[in-house]
Amino acid sequence: MTKLTFIAFDGTRFDVDAENGSTVMENAIRNAVPGIEAECGGACACATCHVYVDDAWTDAVGEPAAMEEDMLDFAFDVRPTSRLSCQIKVRDEFDGLVVSVPERQG
Amino acid sequence: MHCCPILQIGALAMATITRTDVVIVGAGPVGLFAVFELGLLDLKCHLIDILDRPGGQCAELYPEKPIYDIPGWPRISAQGLVDKLMEQAAPFKPQFTFNRMVSSLERLDDGSFRLTTDEGEVLEAKVVVIAAGGGSFQPKRPPIPGIEPYEGKSVFYSVRRMEEFRGHDLVIVGGGDSALDWTLNLQPIANSVTLVHRRPEFRAAPDSVNKMYAMQEMKQLDFQVGQVTALAGKEGRLASATIKGADGDVEVPCTRMLPFFGLTMKLGPIAEWGLNLNENLIPVDTEKFETSVPGIFAIGDINSYPGKLKLILSGFHEAALMAQAAKRIVSPGERIVFQYTTSSTNLQKKLGVVE
Repeated sequence: MTKLTFIAFDGTRFDVDAENGSTVMENAIRNAVPGIEAECGGACACATCHVYVDDAWTDAVGEPAAMEEDMLDFAFDVRPTSRLSCQIKVRDEFDGLVVSVPERQG
Repeated sequence: MHCCPILQIGALAMATITRTDVVIVGAGPVGLFAVFELGLLDLKCHLIDILDRPGGQCAELYPEKPIYDIPGWPRISAQGLVDKLMEQAAPFKPQFTFNRMVSSLERLDDGSFRLTTDEGEVLEAKVVVIAAGGGSFQPKRPPIPGIEPYEGKSVFYSVRRMEEFRGHDLVIVGGGDSALDWTLNLQPIANSVTLVHRRPEFRAAPDSVNKMYAMQEMKQLDFQVGQVTALAGKEGRLASATIKGADGDVEVPCTRMLPFFGLTMKLGPIAEWGLNLNENLIPVDTEKFETSVPGIFAIGDINSYPGKLKLILSGFHEAALMAQAAKRIVSPGERIVFQYTTSSTNLQKKLGVVE
Protein backbone atom coordinates (compact mmCIF):
# COMPACT_ATOMS: atom_id res chain seq x y z
CA MET A 1 0.00 0.00 0.00
CA THR A 2 1.12 3.49 -0.83
CA LYS A 3 0.21 6.40 1.43
CA LEU A 4 -1.46 9.39 -0.20
CA THR A 5 -2.58 12.64 1.40
CA PHE A 6 -5.39 14.79 0.03
CA ILE A 7 -5.78 18.30 1.39
CA ALA A 8 -9.32 19.53 0.90
CA PHE A 9 -9.90 23.21 0.09
CA ASP A 10 -10.84 23.90 3.73
CA GLY A 11 -7.50 22.43 4.86
CA THR A 12 -8.81 19.06 6.08
CA ARG A 13 -6.23 16.30 5.54
CA PHE A 14 -7.22 12.88 4.28
CA ASP A 15 -4.49 10.25 4.72
CA VAL A 16 -5.38 7.20 2.70
CA ASP A 17 -3.83 3.86 1.76
CA ALA A 18 -3.83 3.45 -1.99
CA GLU A 19 -3.31 0.36 -4.05
CA ASN A 20 -0.59 0.55 -6.66
CA GLY A 21 -2.07 0.80 -10.15
CA SER A 22 -5.19 2.60 -8.95
CA THR A 23 -5.61 6.24 -9.90
CA VAL A 24 -5.32 9.09 -7.43
CA MET A 25 -8.90 10.06 -8.40
CA GLU A 26 -10.25 6.62 -7.50
CA ASN A 27 -8.72 6.93 -4.04
CA ALA A 28 -10.28 10.35 -3.55
CA ILE A 29 -13.73 9.02 -4.49
CA ARG A 30 -13.34 5.86 -2.37
CA ASN A 31 -12.46 8.00 0.64
CA ALA A 32 -15.07 10.68 -0.07
CA VAL A 33 -12.58 13.53 -0.36
CA PRO A 34 -14.74 16.64 -0.84
CA GLY A 35 -14.23 18.62 -4.06
CA ILE A 36 -13.25 15.72 -6.32
CA GLU A 37 -16.24 15.14 -8.58
CA ALA A 38 -14.88 12.93 -11.38
CA GLU A 39 -17.99 13.44 -13.47
CA CYS A 40 -16.83 11.32 -16.42
CA GLY A 41 -15.65 8.45 -14.23
CA GLY A 42 -11.98 8.70 -15.12
CA ALA A 43 -12.02 8.84 -18.90
CA CYS A 44 -9.99 12.07 -19.11
CA ALA A 45 -13.15 13.52 -20.63
CA CYS A 46 -13.93 16.27 -18.14
CA ALA A 47 -11.87 18.34 -15.72
CA THR A 48 -13.64 17.70 -12.44
CA CYS A 49 -10.92 15.69 -10.63
CA HIS A 50 -8.42 18.54 -10.86
CA VAL A 51 -5.75 18.66 -8.11
CA TYR A 52 -2.57 20.58 -7.36
CA VAL A 53 0.43 18.34 -6.81
CA ASP A 54 2.54 19.42 -3.82
CA ASP A 55 5.70 21.25 -4.97
CA ALA A 56 7.92 18.55 -3.48
CA TRP A 57 6.27 15.96 -5.71
CA THR A 58 5.86 17.66 -9.09
CA ASP A 59 9.09 16.20 -10.53
CA ALA A 60 8.23 12.66 -9.45
CA VAL A 61 4.64 12.82 -10.69
CA GLY A 62 5.59 14.48 -13.95
CA GLU A 63 3.79 16.58 -16.53
CA PRO A 64 0.33 15.96 -17.95
CA ALA A 65 0.12 14.25 -21.32
CA ALA A 66 -1.19 16.27 -24.27
CA MET A 67 -4.77 15.03 -23.93
CA GLU A 68 -4.83 15.79 -20.22
CA GLU A 69 -3.35 19.23 -20.87
CA ASP A 70 -6.21 19.86 -23.32
CA MET A 71 -8.74 18.86 -20.70
CA LEU A 72 -7.12 21.12 -18.10
CA ASP A 73 -8.26 24.03 -20.29
CA PHE A 74 -11.71 23.43 -18.78
CA ALA A 75 -10.54 23.46 -15.16
CA PHE A 76 -10.74 26.31 -12.67
CA ASP A 77 -7.60 28.20 -11.56
CA VAL A 78 -5.09 26.03 -13.40
CA ARG A 79 -1.53 26.32 -12.12
CA PRO A 80 1.82 24.83 -13.18
CA THR A 81 1.29 22.03 -10.62
CA SER A 82 -2.20 21.19 -11.89
CA ARG A 83 -3.04 17.60 -12.84
CA LEU A 84 -6.18 15.59 -13.39
CA SER A 85 -6.08 13.01 -10.62
CA CYS A 86 -7.62 10.30 -12.82
CA GLN A 87 -4.46 10.41 -14.92
CA ILE A 88 -2.02 9.78 -12.06
CA LYS A 89 -1.48 6.09 -11.37
CA VAL A 90 -0.27 5.20 -7.89
CA ARG A 91 3.09 3.43 -7.60
CA ASP A 92 5.69 2.74 -4.88
CA GLU A 93 7.65 5.93 -5.61
CA PHE A 94 4.59 8.03 -4.72
CA ASP A 95 4.53 6.89 -1.07
CA GLY A 96 3.77 10.07 0.87
CA LEU A 97 2.40 11.99 -2.15
CA VAL A 98 0.44 15.10 -1.21
CA VAL A 99 -2.17 16.70 -3.49
CA SER A 100 -4.53 19.60 -2.78
CA VAL A 101 -8.07 20.09 -4.00
CA PRO A 102 -8.81 23.44 -5.72
CA GLU A 103 -11.50 25.85 -4.59
CA ARG A 104 -13.87 24.46 -7.19
CA GLN A 105 -13.98 22.14 -10.16
CA GLY A 106 -14.64 23.36 -13.71
CA MET B 1 -46.06 38.87 -56.33
CA HIS B 2 -42.94 36.81 -56.03
CA CYS B 3 -43.30 36.59 -52.31
CA CYS B 4 -46.31 34.32 -52.41
CA PRO B 5 -44.61 31.02 -53.33
CA ILE B 6 -42.03 31.62 -50.61
CA LEU B 7 -44.74 32.21 -48.07
CA GLN B 8 -46.44 29.01 -49.13
CA ILE B 9 -43.28 27.03 -48.74
CA GLY B 10 -42.84 28.52 -45.32
CA ALA B 11 -46.38 27.61 -44.31
CA LEU B 12 -45.93 24.12 -45.69
CA ALA B 13 -42.72 23.57 -43.75
CA MET B 14 -44.45 24.70 -40.59
CA ALA B 15 -47.29 22.25 -41.12
CA THR B 16 -45.10 19.21 -41.80
CA ILE B 17 -45.58 16.70 -39.05
CA THR B 18 -43.43 13.60 -38.88
CA ARG B 19 -45.50 10.66 -37.73
CA THR B 20 -43.95 7.50 -36.36
CA ASP B 21 -44.70 4.80 -33.81
CA VAL B 22 -42.05 5.72 -31.28
CA VAL B 23 -39.94 8.83 -30.79
CA ILE B 24 -36.72 8.08 -28.94
CA VAL B 25 -35.13 11.06 -27.24
CA GLY B 26 -31.39 10.36 -27.31
CA ALA B 27 -29.36 8.34 -29.82
CA GLY B 28 -26.85 6.85 -27.41
CA PRO B 29 -26.21 3.10 -27.11
CA VAL B 30 -29.44 2.42 -25.23
CA GLY B 31 -31.59 4.48 -27.62
CA LEU B 32 -30.02 2.64 -30.56
CA PHE B 33 -30.66 -0.77 -29.04
CA ALA B 34 -34.27 0.25 -28.36
CA VAL B 35 -34.66 0.63 -32.14
CA PHE B 36 -33.73 -3.04 -32.46
CA GLU B 37 -36.06 -4.31 -29.74
CA LEU B 38 -38.96 -2.14 -30.93
CA GLY B 39 -38.21 -3.13 -34.52
CA LEU B 40 -38.59 -6.83 -33.74
CA LEU B 41 -42.12 -5.91 -32.67
CA ASP B 42 -42.72 -3.98 -35.92
CA LEU B 43 -42.55 -0.53 -34.32
CA LYS B 44 -40.93 2.26 -36.34
CA CYS B 45 -38.63 4.67 -34.54
CA HIS B 46 -37.46 8.24 -34.94
CA LEU B 47 -34.50 9.36 -32.81
CA ILE B 48 -33.66 12.93 -31.83
CA ASP B 49 -30.26 13.90 -30.48
CA ILE B 50 -28.52 17.18 -29.69
CA LEU B 51 -25.21 15.85 -31.04
CA ASP B 52 -24.50 15.75 -34.76
CA ARG B 53 -24.10 11.95 -34.85
CA PRO B 54 -25.28 8.82 -33.05
CA GLY B 55 -23.54 7.42 -29.98
CA GLY B 56 -24.18 9.87 -27.16
CA GLN B 57 -21.47 9.91 -24.52
CA CYS B 58 -19.74 6.97 -26.20
CA ALA B 59 -19.19 9.10 -29.30
CA GLU B 60 -18.72 12.49 -27.65
CA LEU B 61 -16.73 11.77 -24.51
CA TYR B 62 -14.67 8.63 -24.99
CA PRO B 63 -14.94 7.11 -28.51
CA GLU B 64 -11.53 5.46 -28.29
CA LYS B 65 -11.84 4.09 -24.76
CA PRO B 66 -12.32 0.34 -24.50
CA ILE B 67 -15.41 -0.95 -22.69
CA TYR B 68 -15.02 -4.31 -20.95
CA ASP B 69 -18.52 -5.07 -19.64
CA ILE B 70 -20.61 -5.49 -22.77
CA PRO B 71 -21.81 -9.11 -22.71
CA GLY B 72 -20.06 -11.11 -25.39
CA TRP B 73 -17.50 -8.39 -26.09
CA PRO B 74 -14.49 -8.84 -23.79
CA ARG B 75 -13.22 -5.53 -25.15
CA ILE B 76 -14.80 -3.08 -27.55
CA SER B 77 -14.13 0.61 -28.11
CA ALA B 78 -17.01 2.95 -27.37
CA GLN B 79 -17.18 4.02 -31.02
CA GLY B 80 -16.93 0.37 -32.06
CA LEU B 81 -19.97 -0.40 -29.92
CA VAL B 82 -21.91 2.48 -31.49
CA ASP B 83 -21.00 1.24 -34.98
CA LYS B 84 -22.20 -2.27 -34.11
CA LEU B 85 -25.45 -0.96 -32.63
CA MET B 86 -26.08 1.09 -35.79
CA GLU B 87 -25.50 -2.04 -37.84
CA GLN B 88 -27.88 -4.01 -35.61
CA ALA B 89 -30.58 -1.32 -35.87
CA ALA B 90 -30.17 -0.81 -39.64
CA PRO B 91 -32.74 -3.44 -40.80
CA PHE B 92 -35.43 -1.39 -39.03
CA LYS B 93 -34.50 1.82 -40.89
CA PRO B 94 -34.57 4.21 -37.94
CA GLN B 95 -34.95 7.92 -38.78
CA PHE B 96 -32.63 10.42 -37.12
CA THR B 97 -32.88 14.12 -36.39
CA PHE B 98 -29.52 15.37 -35.15
CA ASN B 99 -28.42 18.72 -33.70
CA ARG B 100 -31.80 19.13 -32.08
CA MET B 101 -33.22 19.15 -28.61
CA VAL B 102 -36.86 18.28 -27.91
CA SER B 103 -38.07 21.51 -26.38
CA SER B 104 -41.67 20.60 -25.66
CA LEU B 105 -43.91 17.60 -25.38
CA GLU B 106 -47.70 17.62 -25.19
CA ARG B 107 -50.35 14.95 -25.06
CA LEU B 108 -52.98 15.05 -27.81
CA ASP B 109 -56.67 14.17 -27.43
CA ASP B 110 -56.17 10.73 -29.02
CA GLY B 111 -53.56 9.89 -26.37
CA SER B 112 -50.55 10.25 -28.65
CA PHE B 113 -47.74 12.74 -28.09
CA ARG B 114 -46.61 15.78 -30.03
CA LEU B 115 -42.97 16.73 -29.69
CA THR B 116 -41.47 19.98 -30.91
CA THR B 117 -37.74 20.52 -31.41
CA ASP B 118 -35.84 23.71 -30.62
CA GLU B 119 -35.91 24.45 -34.37
CA GLY B 120 -39.67 24.01 -34.59
CA GLU B 121 -39.91 20.57 -36.20
CA VAL B 122 -42.97 18.63 -35.06
CA LEU B 123 -43.19 14.89 -34.51
CA GLU B 124 -46.13 12.78 -33.40
CA ALA B 125 -45.99 9.30 -31.93
CA LYS B 126 -48.01 7.02 -29.71
CA VAL B 127 -45.02 6.26 -27.53
CA VAL B 128 -42.09 8.37 -26.33
CA VAL B 129 -38.92 6.75 -25.03
CA ILE B 130 -36.52 8.96 -23.12
CA ALA B 131 -33.04 7.51 -23.49
CA ALA B 132 -31.25 10.74 -22.80
CA GLY B 133 -28.44 9.42 -20.57
CA GLY B 134 -26.99 12.22 -18.48
CA GLY B 135 -29.16 14.75 -20.29
CA SER B 136 -28.37 16.80 -23.35
CA PHE B 137 -24.92 18.16 -24.05
CA GLN B 138 -24.90 21.88 -23.50
CA PRO B 139 -22.15 24.50 -23.37
CA LYS B 140 -20.36 24.49 -20.07
CA ARG B 141 -20.48 27.57 -17.87
CA PRO B 142 -16.89 28.68 -17.27
CA PRO B 143 -15.70 28.77 -13.66
CA ILE B 144 -15.94 32.57 -13.35
CA PRO B 145 -17.68 33.77 -10.19
CA GLY B 146 -20.71 35.99 -10.78
CA ILE B 147 -21.07 35.22 -14.49
CA GLU B 148 -24.79 34.36 -14.29
CA PRO B 149 -26.32 37.87 -14.53
CA TYR B 150 -24.39 38.52 -17.76
CA GLU B 151 -25.57 35.36 -19.52
CA GLY B 152 -27.79 36.00 -22.51
CA LYS B 153 -27.11 39.76 -22.25
CA SER B 154 -23.36 40.16 -22.64
CA VAL B 155 -22.05 36.62 -22.24
CA PHE B 156 -23.04 34.12 -24.95
CA TYR B 157 -22.13 30.46 -25.32
CA SER B 158 -22.80 30.28 -29.02
CA VAL B 159 -23.11 32.63 -31.98
CA ARG B 160 -26.58 32.49 -33.47
CA ARG B 161 -26.26 35.72 -35.47
CA MET B 162 -22.92 37.34 -36.11
CA GLU B 163 -24.56 40.76 -36.36
CA GLU B 164 -25.14 40.73 -32.60
CA PHE B 165 -21.39 41.10 -32.17
CA ARG B 166 -20.85 43.91 -34.69
CA GLY B 167 -19.05 46.89 -33.22
CA HIS B 168 -18.52 45.26 -29.85
CA ASP B 169 -15.37 44.86 -27.81
CA LEU B 170 -15.22 41.12 -27.71
CA VAL B 171 -13.44 38.72 -25.37
CA ILE B 172 -13.33 35.12 -26.59
CA VAL B 173 -12.17 32.48 -24.12
CA GLY B 174 -10.91 29.01 -25.00
CA GLY B 175 -8.41 27.07 -27.06
CA GLY B 176 -10.53 24.78 -29.22
CA ASP B 177 -11.92 25.12 -32.71
CA SER B 178 -15.01 27.07 -31.62
CA ALA B 179 -12.91 29.73 -29.90
CA LEU B 180 -10.47 30.06 -32.78
CA ASP B 181 -13.09 29.94 -35.56
CA TRP B 182 -15.16 32.69 -33.96
CA THR B 183 -12.06 34.75 -33.24
CA LEU B 184 -11.24 34.69 -36.95
CA ASN B 185 -14.84 35.15 -38.14
CA LEU B 186 -15.88 37.93 -35.78
CA GLN B 187 -12.66 39.92 -35.93
CA PRO B 188 -13.67 41.78 -39.15
CA ILE B 189 -16.94 43.05 -37.65
CA ALA B 190 -16.05 43.52 -33.98
CA ASN B 191 -14.61 46.75 -32.67
CA SER B 192 -11.86 44.76 -30.93
CA VAL B 193 -11.17 41.12 -30.21
CA THR B 194 -9.20 39.69 -27.30
CA LEU B 195 -8.62 35.95 -27.29
CA VAL B 196 -7.89 34.48 -23.87
CA HIS B 197 -6.42 31.02 -23.41
CA ARG B 198 -4.48 29.67 -20.47
CA ARG B 199 -1.49 28.54 -22.54
CA PRO B 200 0.06 29.34 -25.93
CA GLU B 201 -0.77 25.85 -27.28
CA PHE B 202 -4.22 25.22 -28.73
CA ARG B 203 -6.47 22.24 -29.35
CA ALA B 204 -7.83 23.99 -32.43
CA ALA B 205 -6.74 23.24 -36.00
CA PRO B 206 -3.13 24.45 -36.53
CA ASP B 207 -4.22 26.45 -39.58
CA SER B 208 -6.62 28.59 -37.51
CA VAL B 209 -3.99 29.03 -34.83
CA ASN B 210 -1.46 30.26 -37.39
CA LYS B 211 -4.01 32.71 -38.82
CA MET B 212 -4.75 33.99 -35.33
CA TYR B 213 -1.04 34.55 -34.57
CA ALA B 214 -0.64 36.30 -37.92
CA MET B 215 -3.50 38.65 -37.06
CA GLN B 216 -1.94 39.33 -33.70
CA GLU B 217 1.32 40.27 -35.45
CA MET B 218 -0.65 42.79 -37.49
CA LYS B 219 -2.29 44.05 -34.29
CA GLN B 220 -5.74 43.11 -35.58
CA LEU B 221 -6.45 41.25 -32.37
CA ASP B 222 -4.95 40.66 -28.97
CA PHE B 223 -4.08 37.23 -27.63
CA GLN B 224 -3.69 36.98 -23.86
CA VAL B 225 -2.32 33.93 -22.08
CA GLY B 226 -4.26 33.59 -18.87
CA GLN B 227 -7.56 32.75 -17.25
CA VAL B 228 -10.57 35.00 -16.77
CA THR B 229 -11.11 35.33 -13.03
CA ALA B 230 -13.66 38.13 -12.69
CA LEU B 231 -16.16 40.21 -14.61
CA ALA B 232 -17.23 43.79 -14.00
CA GLY B 233 -20.30 45.61 -15.24
CA LYS B 234 -23.81 46.62 -14.35
CA GLU B 235 -27.23 45.01 -14.81
CA GLY B 236 -25.92 42.32 -17.11
CA ARG B 237 -23.98 44.82 -19.23
CA LEU B 238 -20.36 43.76 -19.29
CA ALA B 239 -17.71 46.48 -18.90
CA SER B 240 -14.51 44.54 -18.38
CA ALA B 241 -12.96 41.15 -17.68
CA THR B 242 -10.04 40.46 -15.37
CA ILE B 243 -7.46 38.12 -16.82
CA LYS B 244 -4.99 36.44 -14.51
CA GLY B 245 -1.78 35.79 -16.43
CA ALA B 246 1.79 34.91 -15.57
CA ASP B 247 2.57 38.58 -14.76
CA GLY B 248 -0.49 39.23 -12.63
CA ASP B 249 -3.94 40.59 -13.36
CA VAL B 250 -4.88 42.52 -16.50
CA GLU B 251 -8.22 44.24 -16.90
CA VAL B 252 -9.58 44.16 -20.44
CA PRO B 253 -12.52 46.45 -21.28
CA CYS B 254 -15.19 44.53 -23.16
CA THR B 255 -18.90 44.52 -23.93
CA ARG B 256 -19.35 40.95 -25.11
CA MET B 257 -17.82 37.67 -24.02
CA LEU B 258 -17.91 34.27 -25.71
CA PRO B 259 -16.59 31.52 -23.44
CA PHE B 260 -15.99 28.10 -25.05
CA PHE B 261 -15.44 25.66 -22.23
CA GLY B 262 -16.68 22.46 -23.81
CA LEU B 263 -19.88 20.63 -23.14
CA THR B 264 -21.58 19.34 -20.07
CA MET B 265 -24.74 17.30 -19.65
CA LYS B 266 -27.93 18.90 -18.41
CA LEU B 267 -31.42 17.51 -18.09
CA GLY B 268 -32.73 20.47 -20.08
CA PRO B 269 -36.38 20.83 -21.13
CA ILE B 270 -37.23 17.25 -20.03
CA ALA B 271 -37.68 18.78 -16.59
CA GLU B 272 -40.74 20.64 -17.90
CA TRP B 273 -42.60 17.70 -19.41
CA GLY B 274 -44.71 17.04 -16.33
CA LEU B 275 -42.91 13.84 -15.37
CA ASN B 276 -42.10 12.98 -11.79
CA LEU B 277 -38.40 13.58 -11.22
CA ASN B 278 -36.04 12.61 -8.48
CA GLU B 279 -32.67 14.40 -8.36
CA ASN B 280 -32.71 14.94 -12.14
CA LEU B 281 -33.51 11.28 -12.78
CA ILE B 282 -36.83 9.87 -13.95
CA PRO B 283 -38.34 7.25 -11.64
CA VAL B 284 -39.76 4.25 -13.51
CA ASP B 285 -41.25 0.87 -12.67
CA THR B 286 -39.10 -2.20 -13.32
CA GLU B 287 -41.69 -4.10 -15.31
CA LYS B 288 -42.10 -1.68 -18.21
CA PHE B 289 -39.72 1.18 -17.37
CA GLU B 290 -42.63 3.55 -17.76
CA THR B 291 -42.57 7.03 -16.21
CA SER B 292 -45.35 8.65 -14.20
CA VAL B 293 -47.00 9.48 -17.56
CA PRO B 294 -48.41 6.39 -19.33
CA GLY B 295 -46.92 6.05 -22.80
CA ILE B 296 -43.67 7.78 -21.86
CA PHE B 297 -40.83 5.43 -20.98
CA ALA B 298 -37.35 6.17 -19.65
CA ILE B 299 -34.44 3.78 -20.17
CA GLY B 300 -30.69 3.90 -19.58
CA ASP B 301 -28.75 6.26 -17.33
CA ILE B 302 -31.60 8.78 -17.07
CA ASN B 303 -34.01 6.54 -15.14
CA SER B 304 -33.99 5.47 -11.52
CA TYR B 305 -35.47 2.52 -9.65
CA PRO B 306 -34.40 0.50 -6.62
CA GLY B 307 -31.12 -1.23 -7.43
CA LYS B 308 -30.47 0.81 -10.59
CA LEU B 309 -26.97 0.53 -12.03
CA LYS B 310 -25.86 3.02 -14.67
CA LEU B 311 -24.48 0.38 -17.01
CA ILE B 312 -25.02 0.14 -20.75
CA LEU B 313 -26.02 -3.51 -20.32
CA SER B 314 -28.76 -2.54 -17.85
CA GLY B 315 -30.10 -0.09 -20.43
CA PHE B 316 -30.25 -2.88 -23.02
CA HIS B 317 -32.36 -5.00 -20.68
CA GLU B 318 -34.61 -2.05 -19.96
CA ALA B 319 -35.09 -1.49 -23.72
CA ALA B 320 -36.26 -5.08 -24.23
CA LEU B 321 -38.90 -4.91 -21.50
CA MET B 322 -40.01 -1.41 -22.48
CA ALA B 323 -40.58 -2.61 -26.08
CA GLN B 324 -43.18 -5.15 -24.95
CA ALA B 325 -45.18 -2.45 -23.17
CA ALA B 326 -44.76 0.00 -26.06
CA LYS B 327 -46.14 -2.62 -28.46
CA ARG B 328 -49.28 -2.98 -26.35
CA ILE B 329 -49.86 0.77 -26.59
CA VAL B 330 -49.24 1.05 -30.34
CA SER B 331 -51.14 -2.13 -31.26
CA PRO B 332 -53.73 -2.65 -28.53
CA GLY B 333 -55.42 -6.03 -28.60
CA GLU B 334 -52.77 -7.61 -30.79
CA ARG B 335 -51.39 -10.83 -29.35
CA ILE B 336 -47.67 -10.59 -28.70
CA VAL B 337 -45.91 -13.86 -29.38
CA PHE B 338 -42.60 -14.23 -27.64
CA GLN B 339 -39.94 -15.33 -30.13
CA TYR B 340 -36.21 -15.98 -30.34
CA THR B 341 -34.07 -14.51 -33.11
CA THR B 342 -32.23 -17.86 -33.28
CA SER B 343 -35.28 -19.80 -34.38
CA SER B 344 -38.11 -17.49 -35.45
CA THR B 345 -38.34 -17.26 -39.25
CA ASN B 346 -40.62 -14.28 -38.72
CA LEU B 347 -37.97 -12.34 -36.78
CA GLN B 348 -35.27 -13.46 -39.19
CA LYS B 349 -37.29 -12.03 -42.09
CA LYS B 350 -37.49 -8.69 -40.31
CA LEU B 351 -33.75 -8.80 -39.81
CA GLY B 352 -33.28 -9.57 -43.48
CA VAL B 353 -31.29 -12.73 -42.80
CA VAL B 354 -33.70 -15.10 -44.60
CA GLU B 355 -35.85 -14.69 -47.68
